[in-house]
Amino acid sequence: MNPLKTFTTVTILLLTASGAAHAGTTLDAIKKNGFIKCGVSDGLPGFSFAEKGNYNGIDVDVCRAVAAAVFGDPTKIKFTPLTAKERLTALQSGEIDVLSRNTTWTSSRDSAQGLNFTGVTYYDGQGFLVNKKLGIKSAKQLDGATVCVQAGTTTELNLSDYFRTNKMKLTPITYDKSDESAKSLEAGRCDVLTSDQSQLYAQRIKLAKPDEYIVLPEVISKEPLGPVVRHGDDDWFDIVKWTLFVMVNAEELGVNSKNVEEMKKSTNPDVKRLLGVEGDKGKDFGLANDWMAVVIKQVGNYGEIFERNVGQGSPLKIQRGLNALWNQGGLQYAPPVR
Amino acid sequence: MPEPRVPHSNLPPPTSTTGVVGWLRRSLFSSPLNAVLTLLAVYLLYVTLPPLLRWAFLDAAWSGEDREACRSGGACWVFIRVHLDQFLYGFYPDEQRWRVNAAVLLLILGAAPLFVRTVSSKFKVRLGLGLLIAYPLVAFVLLKGGMIGLPVVDTSQWGGLLLTLVIAGVGMTAALPLGVLLALGRRSRMPAIQTLCVTFIEFWRGVPLITVLFMSSVMLPLFLPAGMNFDKLLRALIGVTLFQGAYMAEVVRGGLQAIPKGQFEAAAALGLGYWKTMGLIVLPQALKLVIPGIVNTFIALFKDTSLVLIIGLFDLMNIVHNATTNPAWLGFSTEGYVFAATVYWLFCFSMSRYSQNLEKHLYTGHKR
Repeated sequence: MNPLKTFTTVTILLLTASGAAHAGTTLDAIKKNGFIKCGVSDGLPGFSFAEKGNYNGIDVDVCRAVAAAVFGDPTKIKFTPLTAKERLTALQSGEIDVLSRNTTWTSSRDSAQGLNFTGVTYYDGQGFLVNKKLGIKSAKQLDGATVCVQAGTTTELNLSDYFRTNKMKLTPITYDKSDESAKSLEAGRCDVLTSDQSQLYAQRIKLAKPDEYIVLPEVISKEPLGPVVRHGDDDWFDIVKWTLFVMVNAEELGVNSKNVEEMKKSTNPDVKRLLGVEGDKGKDFGLANDWMAVVIKQVGNYGEIFERNVGQGSPLKIQRGLNALWNQGGLQYAPPVR
Repeated sequence: MPEPRVPHSNLPPPTSTTGVVGWLRRSLFSSPLNAVLTLLAVYLLYVTLPPLLRWAFLDAAWSGEDREACRSGGACWVFIRVHLDQFLYGFYPDEQRWRVNAAVLLLILGAAPLFVRTVSSKFKVRLGLGLLIAYPLVAFVLLKGGMIGLPVVDTSQWGGLLLTLVIAGVGMTAALPLGVLLALGRRSRMPAIQTLCVTFIEFWRGVPLITVLFMSSVMLPLFLPAGMNFDKLLRALIGVTLFQGAYMAEVVRGGLQAIPKGQFEAAAALGLGYWKTMGLIVLPQALKLVIPGIVNTFIALFKDTSLVLIIGLFDLMNIVHNATTNPAWLGFSTEGYVFAATVYWLFCFSMSRYSQNLEKHLYTGHKR
């Protein structure tokens, strides 16, 4: 065995050991601490960013919802800002309880790395931003285009794959920083800018005349982003998973943070179960029976947190697209509460 | 009979060597090459300066509350003004910020007598040592809380300039004594101590700071028992101190080597032991010699604090970066980074000026 392999094995053994030691105790430890340790991004428009000394964003709101579920108080969180490189170790080592940091759900992360993805908060994918003047309506028309792309990322790989598959000619210009590529697009050094769609909207705001640019409808890669927990604690996994499902179900049933008290009088059995008026579905999680209602009241349903952070209520103005509910042409679907 | 010698009245010097014209000839156009270089420099200034001034001052937006105020095309200083609190205090809770101010004020008041020439040096030494021991404790209690009725403010909420100063301050005050000890150890005649110090110094000088920080934040937690975590800031502080301590050791060693053997022998002749020789005779001279080197290391340390952004600590640099990702303020990263650069420059430049001042003050004739 070479030294690297030995090292990796030892590390994995240690991880498994620490995972086992944690089994079934995450929730107890959290209740003892009095707060949830949540890992977020160190700065990503709309997903997590600092404003007036507070964290904000869709990833941050997911953590708030989990805190509301456990404590009935969305402020009982300790945020740990993490870079892309340290995020998984922080979760594996127990430094955080849940990672909510635009992390793509992939097979290797879900298996070998000892993590569990609890759902998808945002269906992202690589897209294209172009100037309206070019009159392009589809990515298929991009033959021979000069494309600005961030160097050394999977984005660059996806781009060349897409152009090769569609037999189009490609001239890539690579950049290190997203600010540079936005400036290049503006100066006309490239015709198209490619990145994850959620980032393209942020790039667009940086331009002097954002309205002159559009994001093309094609998405050329799958990047489902969601919260992550450690292997080995199924109860905690269930709580985080169902917090998200509750928010999606609430939107589907028309329950939001403003009408939740009123909706408690609803005759719809689905709503009654969701809000803990009927049955004791909440207790099954080891939480208060009405925790789902508390989450909706204090943080909001999925539509609310989407619109507030990245949608029409934010400067980003991202369309729901894939993130619309399943019955409205999107992919957001949650199992029923019953 | 020779005529009496009547001296000619003094002539004025040729106009070409006095006044503005003379200065221009001497300094800017003394040779054809210099003339060309001067013209080139003037041209470069002409090309770069007006747009820069227009961007930074004339077209800049100073007042307003949101990005709508920044449509002029110039710099958007509103972005800085709106985020200033965040840049200074990070996530430190609003109503607790007086504690940070109090800690800073306390340091200024406590350290002020050290900078006054008329205060006796004996008092200065006592005050300095007292500050060195007491201030970190007082500041820690003030900032962290949890005692004497102050609510706890977790270190994960510390940020901005506060965090930069904490890292730089702790790094500097801990690295200098550590460096002195290591330097003495490296010159020690005891093989065990010497080997230990050499190994330590060479190890820490051989790895980049970014690796040290990265190891402390990514690898260390994996080797600790489950559930045991120690503070991220503390890990960074230890990393920075050990790293800069090794550099400081080499700077101090340079000073120790410059002290002539006669000084050691004279001390021995007076019957002084090792610590008294070092403390009273050698170190005061050695440290004085290497003030530029020490301050150089301090300045490097101050700037290196910005590396903690790779382990997700919100120092000044990272908090500025974070503010540029606020959707309401996208696209103002240039202003943010210019602001951060100005703050770093102010601190480093003052340190450098102070060290020059100190050198002049401590000048006792060793310079030729």
